[in-house]
Amino acid sequence: MALETAGVPAVAVHAPIFEGVARSVAQMNGMPTTRQAFVPQTIMGRTPVELRAFLERNDPVSKRPLMQEIMEGLTGPLTEEDLKGVSFERTTPRLLEPDTEERLHELFIKNSWTDFLPIVLPTEERVARMLSGTSHPPDEVVGRLRPTSGREYWEFTVEKVAVNAVMAGARPEYLPVILALAASGMSARSSSTTSFATISLVNGPIRKEIGMNCGIGALGPYNHANATIGRAYGLLSQNLQGGSVPGDTYMGSLGNWYAYSATIAENEERSPWEPFHVQHGFKSEDSTVSTFLGGWYTQALFGTRDTWEQKLRHCLTACEPYLAPLLVLDPLAARGLVERGLETKKKLINWCAENARLTAREYWDNPWTQTLIRPLALAGVEPYATHLEAAPDEMLRMFRNQDINVVVTGGETTSAWRMIGASYRGNTISIERWR
Amino acid sequence: MDQRLTVHDPRGYPPKVTAKRLAPRKETLEGKLIYLVDCLFDNSDVFMDQMRQWFAEHLPAVRTQIVRPGSLREFTPSKSWADDPEMLAKIRADGDGAILGVGL
Repeated sequence: MALETAGVPAVAVHAPIFEGVARSVAQMNGMPTTRQAFVPQTIMGRTPVELRAFLERNDPVSKRPLMQEIMEGLTGPLTEEDLKGVSFERTTPRLLEPDTEERLHELFIKNSWTDFLPIVLPTEERVARMLSGTSHPPDEVVGRLRPTSGREYWEFTVEKVAVNAVMAGARPEYLPVILALAASGMSARSSSTTSFATISLVNGPIRKEIGMNCGIGALGPYNHANATIGRAYGLLSQNLQGGSVPGDTYMGSLGNWYAYSATIAENEERSPWEPFHVQHGFKSEDSTVSTFLGGWYTQALFGTRDTWEQKLRHCLTACEPYLAPLLVLDPLAARGLVERGLETKKKLINWCAENARLTAREYWDNPWTQTLIRPLALAGVEPYATHLEAAPDEMLRMFRNQDINVVVTGGETTSAWRMIGASYRGNTISIERWR
Repeated sequence: MDQRLTVHDPRGYPPKVTAKRLAPRKETLEGKLIYLVDCLFDNSDVFMDQMRQWFAEHLPAVRTQIVRPGSLREFTPSKSWADDPEMLAKIRADGDGAILGVGL
């Protein structure tokens, strides 16, 4: 659409499953008649011969020859609608029409405003009580979010965040954490076809103030604050960004369980290493929340027995090379590594970066290194440019040191590890700002 | 009769949508330059190369050139390779049309 507005006729080609999204994005950009064409099927994994055959077949949407559709899109006469585009304003009211509790619950489900678990209806009284958790005025703009590129950003206020916090069942004292997440600019409902989720990590004194769990069951449904903060982050993301509806504003092929609720607190008191937020320039007395985009894979390890290095190498090699691991360790596992000479998180990260290796053939034979890393390599960004020059059997480091992260949490009932695909993008936000 | 409740709307505030018109079309593409934009999703390069060959065989009077985004230094899901400003500037400078693909 940027090309059309600059005076260059354009046709965008998509797989047919994206028809709804393509039309919707065109509408929301004020150009509903944007010329689109559709190949018969997704092109991923198809041979050159198969792709050539696609060009000779019909567009499955228009039922006309694909190349004819494309050529006419570039040359055909414009209609009045093409020349005019479409303008409109949408508003979202502050309050909904009064109704019974049962019918309001049905309305929220029908409009895809929930995660399909029961919600708390955001009455005026409940939202006012939630707002007592912050000193910020209800009409202050917190930020803006969108599910993916191509979509428009939606804006939201402190009150709108509080509304979603009520729906998730959160308490007013959690609101500064939830506001910090909302202000992060990172959606917990990314529309990526790869089904990203967003995992959040809380550090600092607020963990204890609001009673978060970083002991037994730290990653599970065993604490009110952990569970409802994570859920609020998901609900506010979908509702404040303009939706997360399959086939329209959500295209993750498999979806992701982490998207229900994935907020953890670091067990700073029992960790032998410095807390995550201190690693990233904050003081230990600061309260922060950090976000990690990912959740594609989870692997498990236990203990540091004689063959721990081989097991760790196997797990690292099994990671997706595009998405580096977040290592989540029980304090027992962390102390076991200290006894093996890894006295700091940095030493563990360096060990992982050094030992996570794949042949260049395997590294590049991957849809996401091809799609997301190869362009960087072609643009000369290191180490990817050098990776691209490697011989097929050369062993490449899968991750840069700065891509690997370590967090300590858990209740010391066993020496457990988790390795979760999750990317940290320097997104650690002060919670103090939102008190 | 059931009690009626007043509750908040949970949605954020969408921006105003402003109309944009399509670019003027040329009557013919003969002798014109069409950029084939490889959007970098897996196999798009192969697809665009097949399209280049299709033009060479069926419409040899139409000039085609494959172009890829190349100036971006990082990827995030909130950005698109197709937003690469250097690539867009190149197409705007001398392109008579563009075919973008494949958006998965």
